[in-house]
Amino acid sequence: MKLANIIVLLLVSLTVFANSNIEATKVSNNQLFKVSYISKADPIKINKIHSWMIHLEDMNGNDIEDAKITIDGGMPAHNHGLPTQPQITENLGEGRYLLEGMKFHMLGYWTVTVSISHGNLSDEVTFELNF
Amino acid sequence: MSPVSLPRILYTTFALAVLFIGYWLISIKSSEIDWSPEEIKVLSTLSLDSIETLPKSHSNTVADNPAAAEFGWLLFFDERLSHNGKISCATCHVPELKFTDGLKTAAGAQAGLRNTNTLIGVAYSPWQFWDGRKDSLWSQALSPLENELEHAGTRVQYVHIISSDENYKKKYQQLFDSLPNFSNSARFPESAGPINNKNLNQAWQNMTSEDKDLVTSVFVNIGKVIEAYERLLLPGRSRFDDYVQGVIENDPEKLNALSKDEARGLKLFIGKAQCINCHNGPLLTNNEFHNTGILSPVRQLPSVGRVEGVDKVLNDPFNCLGQYSDADKKQCADLRFAKSGDELIGAHKVPTLRNVVETAPYMYAGQLETLKEVIEHYNSAPLAMIGHNESKSLELSNKEMRQLELFLFSLSSPLATDSKWLKNPHLAREKL
Repeated sequence: MKLANIIVLLLVSLTVFANSNIEATKVSNNQLFKVSYISKADPIKINKIHSWMIHLEDMNGNDIEDAKITIDGGMPAHNHGLPTQPQITENLGEGRYLLEGMKFHMLGYWTVTVSISHGNLSDEVTFELNF
Repeated sequence: MSPVSLPRILYTTFALAVLFIGYWLISIKSSEIDWSPEEIKVLSTLSLDSIETLPKSHSNTVADNPAAAEFGWLLFFDERLSHNGKISCATCHVPELKFTDGLKTAAGAQAGLRNTNTLIGVAYSPWQFWDGRKDSLWSQALSPLENELEHAGTRVQYVHIISSDENYKKKYQQLFDSLPNFSNSARFPESAGPINNKNLNQAWQNMTSEDKDLVTSVFVNIGKVIEAYERLLLPGRSRFDDYVQGVIENDPEKLNALSKDEARGLKLFIGKAQCINCHNGPLLTNNEFHNTGILSPVRQLPSVGRVEGVDKVLNDPFNCLGQYSDADKKQCADLRFAKSGDELIGAHKVPTLRNVVETAPYMYAGQLETLKEVIEHYNSAPLAMIGHNESKSLELSNKEMRQLELFLFSLSSPLATDSKWLKNPHLAREKL
């Protein structure tokens, strides 16, 4: 195999496996919470069900426990939602929550919206992913 | 013919030959198609070179047991597992037709309602049937065995067959320890099961719940060994996979695996025609459910599809969370987080496109007879009869539609399965 071919192959594998989708941190829309997720699957592969861990803290960096979290998402361009109904199944403590049932079934641009309610505060944040 | 015209004829013939050969060379040289790095990345996700190992079937401990596959092979082809001794799984899943039957809808004990799915690569799917009302192959296999339109037999009848066939009995005991004794005809009638047939259903209701459970446990194991066999039916490497390797490695010889028109069809497949939205991954299916505006069969109401299928699978005693499953709750993620709701009205499972030219007709009731009709359907994207059509019209030219169709031919290949498994083991035995 020529050197040029090896380089192309390397570049292709890098673009396939380099994945910026596996974690992100964002401040919620009304600046009430700082929300992070980290995927337990690395990389996230389409058509494969997997779990995320969500971390919540307030704007002073204090962990938020016992929040109520719901998940929604989809592909805006195709006007459809996620193929699954992901749910928080476990409160892991220290502001961490286990999110099970994540799945993406198409290549392209996805959004995942995390809605949080804690005490009398409610807010949401939308993460963007590309496959 | 005048003598002066002879050189002219030769000259013309020669010129035409040069033109023809030149055109031929250009037309087969598909390396001329340019692929962007982004497109190459997408192509690599479709190749069999990137297929993962078969996911575990957590609900079935014998799913990868070779002895179970051997037993399942015998049962898959055994026509005694039917009401009249003439219908086996292979009646509709014909190996020579890539495990389909070439019919619009299946023909078992009676005319069926659904087009027979291929079994190629089916073990990769978390859902079975067009509406995904089953979440494992073993659970799926049990359904036709008792369906009055298909095998139309009963579970009690089947456990008697396992018990009375010395070879089956031995194989069963090797895999599952003890086989209950079903010889007491007062407790275990000749035929009975929770089916539509009134008498056979009554016979089933008359049995004690302990006896029903003994029967059902063996019935479930019939499904589990059939799953072990079906897990061997895997797609083989096609010209398309060679071509993708050629693109990645820039290997001119491998690039010749597709003609120029086929390669253009591939470009449409991952681009303008948007096929890849649902037909993605190495099996060219996301194994999910979509409403694509397929018209219902003549004089029939449209099938509601997944919206009902999801309720059925969630309430199925043979699902991943049920008492006959070998899985831990944690291993049933697809079922536990299955989506329901109106978005799934009229949605049906996306089939694999591996070997698709050999599995006509198409759609859940074989509504579309040819790939040309399928492509024309997606090109026009008509309004859905129920729910909404997720696809949008494509505005492909006739030439582009033809190229897309030609590309689909490159997805055919023999299965990556030892040919032994594709033969009827009972016929082979008779010949010996």
